[in-house]
This record gives sequence, C-alpha cells and structure tokens, in this order.
Amino acid sequence: MEENKNKPTQVEDTGHEWDGIRELDNPPPRWWLNALYLSGLIVVVYFVLYPSLPLVDDSTKGLLGWTQISEYKEDLAKVEAKRAPFDDKLATMSFNEILKDQEMLNYAIGSSKVLYGDNCAACHGVGGAPAKGAGYPVLTDDDWLYGGTVEDIQVSIAKGRQGYMPAHEKLLKTEEVDQLVKFAIDSSNGVMNKAGMALFNAKGCVACHGADAKGIKAMGSANLTDKIWRFSGDEDQVRLTILHGVNDATDKLTRVAVMPQWSEKLSIMLQARAYAIADGEDPNDIDWSDELDGSESERLSETDIKKLTIYVHQFGGGE
Amino acid sequence: MSEVKNNKNINIDDIYEDVSEWRINTGDIKIVAKRLPGGFRTLKWLGMSTWSIFFLGPYLRFDGSQAVLFDLPQRHFNIFHVTIYPQDIWMLSLTLLFFAILLAAVTSIAGRVFCGFFCFQTVWTDIYTWIEGKIEGSTPQKAMKFNEAPWTIYKLSLKALKHSLWILIGLLTGISFVAWFTDAFQLWHNLFSFQVSLTAVIIIASFTGGTYLFAGFMREQVCFWLCPYARLQGVMYDQDTVLPAYDAERGEPRARIKKGDDFSTRGSCVDCNVCVAVCPTGIDIRKGQQEGCITCGLCIDACDSIMDKTNQPRGLVRYASYKELAHNEPVLPLYKRFRVITYGLILLLAFSGIVYGFTHLSPTEFQVIHQRQPLYVLLSDGSIQNKYTIKVLNKTKNTIKIHFEIEGLEGATLRGLSDMVLEPGKMTPVTALVRVPTGKLKKELIPIVFKGKVDNSTIVISYKSIFMSPKK
Repeated sequence: MEENKNKPTQVEDTGHEWDGIRELDNPPPRWWLNALYLSGLIVVVYFVLYPSLPLVDDSTKGLLGWTQISEYKEDLAKVEAKRAPFDDKLATMSFNEILKDQEMLNYAIGSSKVLYGDNCAACHGVGGAPAKGAGYPVLTDDDWLYGGTVEDIQVSIAKGRQGYMPAHEKLLKTEEVDQLVKFAIDSSNGVMNKAGMALFNAKGCVACHGADAKGIKAMGSANLTDKIWRFSGDEDQVRLTILHGVNDATDKLTRVAVMPQWSEKLSIMLQARAYAIADGEDPNDIDWSDELDGSESERLSETDIKKLTIYVHQFGGGE
Repeated sequence: MSEVKNNKNINIDDIYEDVSEWRINTGDIKIVAKRLPGGFRTLKWLGMSTWSIFFLGPYLRFDGSQAVLFDLPQRHFNIFHVTIYPQDIWMLSLTLLFFAILLAAVTSIAGRVFCGFFCFQTVWTDIYTWIEGKIEGSTPQKAMKFNEAPWTIYKLSLKALKHSLWILIGLLTGISFVAWFTDAFQLWHNLFSFQVSLTAVIIIASFTGGTYLFAGFMREQVCFWLCPYARLQGVMYDQDTVLPAYDAERGEPRARIKKGDDFSTRGSCVDCNVCVAVCPTGIDIRKGQQEGCITCGLCIDACDSIMDKTNQPRGLVRYASYKELAHNEPVLPLYKRFRVITYGLILLLAFSGIVYGFTHLSPTEFQVIHQRQPLYVLLSDGSIQNKYTIKVLNKTKNTIKIHFEIEGLEGATLRGLSDMVLEPGKMTPVTALVRVPTGKLKKELIPIVFKGKVDNSTIVISYKSIFMSPKK
C-alpha cells in the first residue's frame, strides 16, 4: 500500500463515500506520527514526575515532590530576601535620614501601600481621604489635631487616639448652643464674633480649645479657626457635636471617634524613650526588661509602623 | 440519498485520474539535488552571503562598545550612537511593517525571491546539502551507492565528519544569535571558561538542535508543511508576477532526443529531467506553478545548459509571467500596477516613520500623573492642594539635572519637588504638590503645564496636566 499511496484508485478507503468522493485510508506522515508518540511519552514522564492521580483525599505526589504551595513559598521567600536588606536598613534609620534618602523613601512608600490598604484604608480611605461625611480624619491635609511631624504620627499609630468632648445638651440653653454654633462657623470663616467669644470663654470651651480657639495639641482638641472641620462644618452637624460631644459615654448620641492602638509594645517603648530623653539619659541605655514583660500586644511591627508613618507623612500634609 | 448528482461534464473518475499523477512527498523520499553551475546559482550564493552579517555583525564595535546590541536585561537597544527604549517600540513596529510589506512587494513583482535566495531555511539547507554532497556524493546515484555500501571505518568516519560539520554550523548559528543580545567578545570568553548563563546555553542548544534537525533532516519538508509563507506568498502573485516557469507551448510534445531531430516539428523539451534533478524541493517545474517551488531558478540554469548542448535557444524554463505564457502579453510596467504602487506607498511611509523616529528621539521620557485619590485636598488656610507623581526617564548617556516649574495657573506654588538628578537610563518617580489659594480658582478644572529645564543644555521638557478643585 505504501508505494500506491499517491494513486487514489489503488488505495484502500475507509468505506466512507460522499457524492462519489471516497475517504482514502493513507497513513499519516511518519514524522507526524513520531511527534504524536513523543507527546504521549511526555505525558508518561509528567505523570511520574508531578502530582497526577487524584486519590480519595489526596493525590499521588510525583517524584519531584512539587506542590503549588511550595512554589508559592519559594517565590515569597525570594521577594522577602530581596526586601530584607532594605527592611534591615530601614529599622536602623531615623525618620530624618529616611526622608532625606530618596531611595529608602521610595522603598518605604512603595512597600507601605499594601500595609496601608490592609490596615488603614478602611477608615482613612485609599489615598488618605475618607469618604465625605464618614467622620474619619483626612490624612492628606495640613491639619493635625495631635501634630503632623513624623514622631507625632508614629505615636498616633502606635498608641492610638481617643479624644473627648463632653455632651452639652444638659449644660447649655438652646440659645447658647445656637450662639456657639454661629461662633464656630464664624471662626472658621475668619469672622470675629465677640458675643460668641464671650460665651466660649464663660462656658469653659476655652479650657480645651484654647484661648485663641486654635485647639491644644496635647489633648487633640479641634482648631476652630481653620477651614477644616474634624466632622463637618454644616450648621446641624456643628450643633450635634456641641450637644452630644465626642466619645462621651453618658450620651447615646455622642460622636464616636477612636483610633485603635496598633502596638502597645511600641507605644510603651516610645514613651520610655521620651522620658529618658527628658531626664537627660541615653535612650539606648534603657533596660527593656524593666519596661516590657512580653505580654504587650503588637498588631504591627515597629518597622511596619515606621513605614506607615512615612507613608502617611508623605500624603502631602506632613509637617 | 438517491443518486450522486454531478455536473454532467465532470466524471469523478477523471478527477482521480488527474490526481493520480500528483505525487506528494511527506518526507519518505530524501531529495538529493544535483548541483550545476549557472547564473542563478551565482545569484543564490550572493543572496546567501548576506547572512554573513548575521555571523559577523555582533563583532562590530562603536565607541568602545558593541555597535548593535539588543540589551534585553537593561531594556534598551543600542544601535551605533542611538539608544532605543521600550517607549520607542513603535519604531520596531514600523520596521517590522517595512519588512513585511517589502516581502509582499517583492513577491508580487518576482515571486518568492525571499524563499529562493534569502530564507534561513533554504540557505542553511543549501549549505548542509553542499557539505553532504562533498562527503557522500552529489548525485542521487552516488549518494545511494555510498549509503548502501557496508559499514566500514571509512564510511563511519565520513558520516561522523558530516554530522560534526552540521552540528558545528548549528552551534555557530546559535552563538551568533545570542551574540546580538550580549557582548559578543565576552560571550566567547564565557563560552571557553564555561561561565555562560543558563538562558544562553538553552538558546544556543535550541538553535543548534533546531538547525541540525531543520536543515539536516526536515529540509524541503519545512517549506511544504511548516512554513506559513509558502502558503501565504502564493496569494500575493498575480498574472503579472514573473516566476520560473516552463514554456509548455514551446516544450511540448516532449520527447527524448534522437539523432537528426528537427526541433521545428517537435517540442523543445528533451525530457532529460535535469530540471527535476537539480530542484532542492524535488518538484517538476514542467507541471506548472506549485506550492513546493521556492523560485530559486536552479531549474533555469539546468535547462539552459541542456538547451546550449542541443543547440536550441535558452529560456525553455525561464522567469516569465502568466500573462506572457498564456496570452503572449507583455508584463505591465511597475508604475501601472495597483499592488506595486500601494506596497510602494506603505514602504515609503514606514521608511519615513523610521527615519523620523531616529532623528527625533526624545532625550527623556516625561510623564506627570495626577493623583486621583483624593482629587484635591482642602488645607487649613482654605487653599487647595493637588498631588502629582512625576516620572522622568533619562535616555541620554549623561547624568542630567532637571529644574521644574509650573505654568498656566496664577498663584500656584510647586512644593516638595527639588531639582532632580538622574543617571543615564534611570527613572525615579517623585511626588510634587501644587497649592493654589481659593480666590485664584475660577474653574473646577484648570490646565497646567509642568516644565523641566535640563541644566547645561537647551533641553526643555514639558507635560500638560490639570489642577482640580471642589465645585463652587
């Protein structure tokens, strides 16, 4: 048959015939057949080397011992190995050194993106600006109730923040509240409201918001004289804040504004260092076994908080 | 189905009779083409010699480094004094377009010139069969005698010699290919000190194996069954395309030559089959144009030599158009052929584009990306701040320092962006903040321009962006 294969009249057919045209039974080219057999061989090799047969609750392992998860772990280790020198270097650098080193700054910002997305963006928004009216602080502006330097931001993240303003519903008359609402709005617009200022002083608002109504950093009280509102500048919303306060447990309608603590350990360490410096001692000499007992919670590591601090500081409003 | 319906004029059995003459070689017949000298043979050698650029090109030096280097790890191409970055990829597209259309243009004018004279498959096959012919005998008879002879040390060593030469050429092919992508001299140094990267080893091995397999064993089978051009180029022909063709009117009826034959009463073809014997793809040109013909013209050389011997005029097999052979009409001049003009225009456009690209390469790649989350920020004094990411790629060969300014918005101040120092080939993204007092903002969207002046040069780069502010 081989020698007749190009002579259709002499080749056997498969018995299929349409409109007088027969399907010949010529063999496929040998090289093509060989390629087919070879691909079959590859299947066998693959079968032996890799996981292949599914069993009841497992599968055959294959001689290479390959698994998807181990491949993932290898790749992850590669990424971490690449990052390790940067992270180690970052841990030893001060904030000022990082801010001056463009490469490390880029690394800190680049590697914080996921960290910020996982831990911060839910409240503060992906780019540092939360949804309007959500009541979370904007991180991209230059208004910082607790200070906008890298050190302040680091403390805010590590320790968390919880301001307090008492509810005034039972303390003030309606007219007084109206007057104070007007005073707050006037102050923000740069208008001097003498009557309101007198009431502000008389009713004790001054104790927290300061003589110039610009707020006191140590307390995190709001600056009433700038354009930025911690919650909202709408008249109704300002009234709500005055009537029900912030984080006042005695008032059910109070505004709740709590920044959680991200590292008890770091916040203790930061405080100990600050005390040491205030006492004229070297913070490196602190005996941490006196300060920490190992039970402190730590949701984020010190380096992670350092990166996030830089990230937030570089949003555009850092001091 | 009742009855098989056919056009009355066509008898199915006749179709079978037609195809019964159709021999398809699927690799079971090894083609040993006879080699004859001639004009087209010389042309083929000339065409093939252009491949010496492939082998020798990487060793060309320019300004202390490799003149043409496709530096993939560094993500740029060095072509003499020009450096091409991925951003200039459109020039590569134009280059590919140019050659694709050139192929089409040449095909429509003179057939598969590429296949016959330049294609790596036919060129390498020609070299391989030339070596094989020198060692085993250059005619089918000699080759068969050699191959059927009993195995002796002599035969074995000749076979070994042939395969070593083949593999050597394959190796050189692979190494030359790799040499375009890495420093050629360093590559040889690494080869001899066994320090070549795994990637290079894999590429060289694939090229060696591929060349050995394709040029040594697959040969014309690649043209028949694997090559898409072979199928594609056929549709680029028209009736004015000149191709190697057998002048059947003059040649038929063919007959073996006898003493005293009068060629005015019989066909010119003496049925010597030399045209078949010399064909590298083993086809019979007298059966007309077919997919296996790579238009190398070797059958023309062969037939002409026979015509000379039989005292007949040359050109029984010649480059001729369908029009000439079938209708005795001359070929249209090129400028009257729509296809040729169209191809020519595209070629001109692509070429101008490439020239424009090479002469207008920007020294930098400059981009300003407006921050989208948030679009703008209200500051405590009531002014509005926008944030931008600035990316500059330095495509020059020197370190440059850029001073940035913004234009187009009164009262705007640029912050957080000091002068940028950039090493060659480097790109560092930096953040820029633009602040504008509220009173200056008349619209929600205001176009602004970022300008960068490069120190100690006249280069000024600019990028249009926008400044966004809240609704009034």
